[in-house]
Amino acid sequence: MNKKKRASYYIWKIIKYITCIFLAILTILPFWIMLVNATRSTYEIQQNSISLLPSKYFMNNLQILLGKSFNPLKGFINSMIISGGATACTVYFSSLTAYALVAYDWKLRQSFFTLILAVMMIPAQVTSIGFYQFMYRIGMTNSFLPLILPAIAAPITVFFMRQYLISTLSLDIVNSARIDGAGEFHIFNRIIIPIMKPAIATQAIFAFVASWNNLFLPLILLTDKDKYTMPIMVSLLRGDIYKTEFGSVYLGLSLTVLPLFVVYFLLSKYIIAGVALGGVKE
Amino acid sequence: MRHKGVNYAKYGYIFCIPFILAFLFFSFYPIVYTTVIGFTDLKGMGRTDFTFLENPFQNFITILNNGSFRQSLKNTIIIWITNFIPQILLALLLTAWFTNNRHKIKGQGLFKVLFYMPNIITAATIAILFYSLFGYPKGPINDLFITMGIIDEPVYFLINKATARGVVSFIQFWMWYGHTMIILISGVLGINPEIFEASDIDGANNIQTFFYVTLPNLRTILLYTLITSLIGGLNMYDIPKLFLLGGPDNATLTTSVFIYNQAFSGSYMYNRAAAASMIMFVIIAILSGIIFFIMRDKDVVQLKKQKRKLKKELKNAENMVRRAVE
Repeated sequence: MNKKKRASYYIWKIIKYITCIFLAILTILPFWIMLVNATRSTYEIQQNSISLLPSKYFMNNLQILLGKSFNPLKGFINSMIISGGATACTVYFSSLTAYALVAYDWKLRQSFFTLILAVMMIPAQVTSIGFYQFMYRIGMTNSFLPLILPAIAAPITVFFMRQYLISTLSLDIVNSARIDGAGEFHIFNRIIIPIMKPAIATQAIFAFVASWNNLFLPLILLTDKDKYTMPIMVSLLRGDIYKTEFGSVYLGLSLTVLPLFVVYFLLSKYIIAGVALGGVKE
Repeated sequence: MRHKGVNYAKYGYIFCIPFILAFLFFSFYPIVYTTVIGFTDLKGMGRTDFTFLENPFQNFITILNNGSFRQSLKNTIIIWITNFIPQILLALLLTAWFTNNRHKIKGQGLFKVLFYMPNIITAATIAILFYSLFGYPKGPINDLFITMGIIDEPVYFLINKATARGVVSFIQFWMWYGHTMIILISGVLGINPEIFEASDIDGANNIQTFFYVTLPNLRTILLYTLITSLIGGLNMYDIPKLFLLGGPDNATLTTSVFIYNQAFSGSYMYNRAAAASMIMFVIIAILSGIIFFIMRDKDVVQLKKQKRKLKKELKNAENMVRRAVE
């Protein structure tokens, strides 16, 4: 009986590890092929498109890549401005809105929350025609503001922050701060924001990723080449000008991915820890 | 408690002002504007002036009878379902494994980091990367499959409707299961550990604990995952747009790509695109409404009712006491 249990325990253990390792390879392999092929010539890639070892055509590929319309540095800077601004707006104002929904007892609170649930369903794409026409009329195409300011109203983030606040916030802290004479804005900035840090960290990452990866709205709004974001730059690689330059395409893709890799592996501990911290507290 | 001389309620309103202003300006007005455009003749690059159509629903009728639109709607639904079901199942399985305290998996942190990684990479990059990977006749996937003996000669995956759709579905799955898993794990960690201790003491095994303790407590988080995935899925744009430009033969044309193509290419038919957007909007609203209704927390609704009842009784009692004192 005990032996049987032990055997099944080990079988399960092996299945778990095999699954996890398989999934890990599935994640790494495409990026590995991309990075290695970025250093190989088109001829080498055509001969054998998978190689575990890099070759020596990196500079050659880079020259071909930058000789055409692809400018990764410009795309990177533009995307940083937009995503940074949008993320700051999202986490700060969503926390503020969520706090208003949890801490105060106001007449329209429930209806406002219902409204948030209702507008949570509205995706940007669905309203994009009106949004584009509106921005075109007021001359805001080719500006970054229409891509940053809408982030102030992020219903999904508010929804998530509210869930978090309900489970963590004790109004006693707020009340004792009030007794000490602290103003409401001060309480929010000095006490509530630190309490919400784990939720803010996770949501900031999700907000940043969403904004960074956004292709639809920038593609509609930004027509000036100097304003192109990273995803728009990437989409140029699909065009005819790079059709036969396999090595350069892989290199261009790698250049857009590398900064993300660096940031992700620096922040990943924070993501996982933040998510875990957000949950365990009773 | 409530009569301390300071009215805090007004701060509830004040703190919501930024949200409300941004919402009215960037969401509400564009929705109304999109709806209006749907009833007009607004088309042509750079135009903003319009007149209403004689038959106000002409654009809607045209769109609903448009073969490409119907096809795109079908594609979108197929692609969403075929990536969401495996995604949520795998995420739940991994969540069960990763949150099991009795049999810890070594290197969990690393696995979580890796599984989530594709999600952080720009979808546009991934679409073009997979386009390159599935190259024909020479491409990494074909080379790999031939070496492994899965296929004998190169397959042109991207010209076959079913495989092309399958690959788009796979990309979505591959990008999102790690994200879903992290959300679910945070949900499990948020469950009161005492509940797990209790089920442990009662002698529940891992499977029982998962189905009778973990899953019911995950309801809200599952709802959140389902709704966000549904909305994201119905608006899938980057991957189908850049992977195969909607082809082959419209097999990966999603509604968002259709809307974009109507409005920002060819003859710039903003009016038809707006009508299609509104149709999508209605579909999303209905689906979300259904899910919300099915999965709403019945206990909370019950609790609220009781609370309201108690409050009423309390007030009555207070009034009676006051009257008695007077």
